[in-house]
Amino acid sequence: MTWTERIARVLVWVIGCAVCIYLMAPLFVTIAVSFSSSPVFDLPPPSWSLRWYESLADKRGFLPSLSLSVQIALFSTGISLVLGTLAAIAVVRGRFPGRETISTFVVSPLMMPGLVIGIALLQFLREIGYRDAYTGLILGHVIVTLPFVMRTVQASLSLFDFSLIDAARTLGLSYPKALLKVLVPVLSPAYLSSGLFAFLASMDNYPISIFLTDARNKTLPIQILEYLEVRPDPTIAAISSLLILFTIIVLVIADRLVGLRRMADF
Amino acid sequence: MMGTGAKGKADRTWLLAVPGVGYLVVLYALPLGLLLLASFRIPDAFTVSAYVDFFGDPFNWYIIWNTLRTALLTSGICLLIGYPAAFALAWSKGWVQVVFLISLILPLSVGIVVKAFAWTIVLRSDGVLNQTLMMLGLTDEPVRLIFTETGLVFGAVNVFVPFMIMPIYSVIRLMDPRLPEAARTLGGSPLYVFWKVIVPLTIPGVIAGIAFVFSLALAMYVIPTLLVGERFMTLSQQIARSYLYLRNETLGSTVAVVLLVFSLIVIVASQWVAGKVRANA
Repeated sequence: MTWTERIARVLVWVIGCAVCIYLMAPLFVTIAVSFSSSPVFDLPPPSWSLRWYESLADKRGFLPSLSLSVQIALFSTGISLVLGTLAAIAVVRGRFPGRETISTFVVSPLMMPGLVIGIALLQFLREIGYRDAYTGLILGHVIVTLPFVMRTVQASLSLFDFSLIDAARTLGLSYPKALLKVLVPVLSPAYLSSGLFAFLASMDNYPISIFLTDARNKTLPIQILEYLEVRPDPTIAAISSLLILFTIIVLVIADRLVGLRRMADF
Repeated sequence: MMGTGAKGKADRTWLLAVPGVGYLVVLYALPLGLLLLASFRIPDAFTVSAYVDFFGDPFNWYIIWNTLRTALLTSGICLLIGYPAAFALAWSKGWVQVVFLISLILPLSVGIVVKAFAWTIVLRSDGVLNQTLMMLGLTDEPVRLIFTETGLVFGAVNVFVPFMIMPIYSVIRLMDPRLPEAARTLGGSPLYVFWKVIVPLTIPGVIAGIAFVFSLALAMYVIPTLLVGERFMTLSQQIARSYLYLRNETLGSTVAVVLLVFSLIVIVASQWVAGKVRANA
């Protein structure tokens, strides 16, 4: 190894480690603050306590928001998995013109400004006289969860041997049944990782949701931002720490099932 | 038999894309098109006066400049630290790689609102960062970080850098490790191997990463709202302000269309560059 190479290697490792610490910093801050005894955000906390977790139990505003966000995320992820798989099969398998355009179009909402999508959808729903906030939120969230499924499933399908489906059909399965029995198991790692990303993207969506909520249907990020504006206290840190814990559990399960390496193949 | 079978299948395959594409056409493309139309319509005539007003006001140019500059800064820094970080991730093995991957994926579970808020705590003048800087003797008095563009970019890079690392990591994994090896054996200097072999092979990931981070940073709303506030306006903040506080929907949709056009330019440009790179490969 020459000197230049050695310096480059050291530099790569130093930057890599620094980026890890930098990425994890907000998580450590959140967890540290959640166990603080101080009502203001002192870091490091003067002493440790569980009072913000106790206060979380008294706060009635967060549970409905959390439950709403989870429901919206589950529904929109589910719808995306179905629509995304079908579109990905068409693009990978089809021999018609414009397949590239379809895949770019379906993935494009990821790069579009969320606020603009939100406003456009709000005005559209208003125009056609649609007023239900709950389904409106699901409709809006599918737009941002679908790209995650499309990308990952499309990549995974391009490696799939489709003659297996023909084999299953030769053995007497109908086309939909063959897809369900042969294709879906092969796609399950792609489903798990894209489903997780889609779910998290929906849970975290603020810019689209802000235009589609009403007084009774407030998603978690909106509730949290409103709470921070009115009375910032570490209750927010407590609820976030619980979400971090939840994600760690999901990641451990996902690692056992498909391996973390495949999750980062974005 | 084979021929007709394949043809019959090909004829029907496109139908599978109909539900997903149809969904997006009705609930995404059509509403965006209507928004575009609405920005030209003042009460019942078509006019470009909203745009004339918008671009005639120097304050709006300042907003556009702010938005573009922070997006450029953010994606530049993301590339600068994300590119080596993607290599570190690809080279690492075992539990080191697990730690790398977790620090990439886990922060996604902390909502953007909470992350931005966590940075307000870290960047405060009596915050951890300033205390550390003073302890190390790098500065005598607290550096003003929060409510500045530096603080904004600090928080934005933190939220968006995974979207730079992941596509680059994906192309590094697909890269044949024997190629740089071969170039080295043939006598290429490390810098030559880097510029002529490694960079061209990773460029598709770099393009995807830049396009991603730039468009996300262009449209970010929560991060500037919490980290800089009203005094530093971006296009997104102006949109939210017009809609949610000023109740001026005409102004709001005009600004929304301007931001939309910027995002479309990023998408089209990145597709075009990616196509060029593919054609040259």
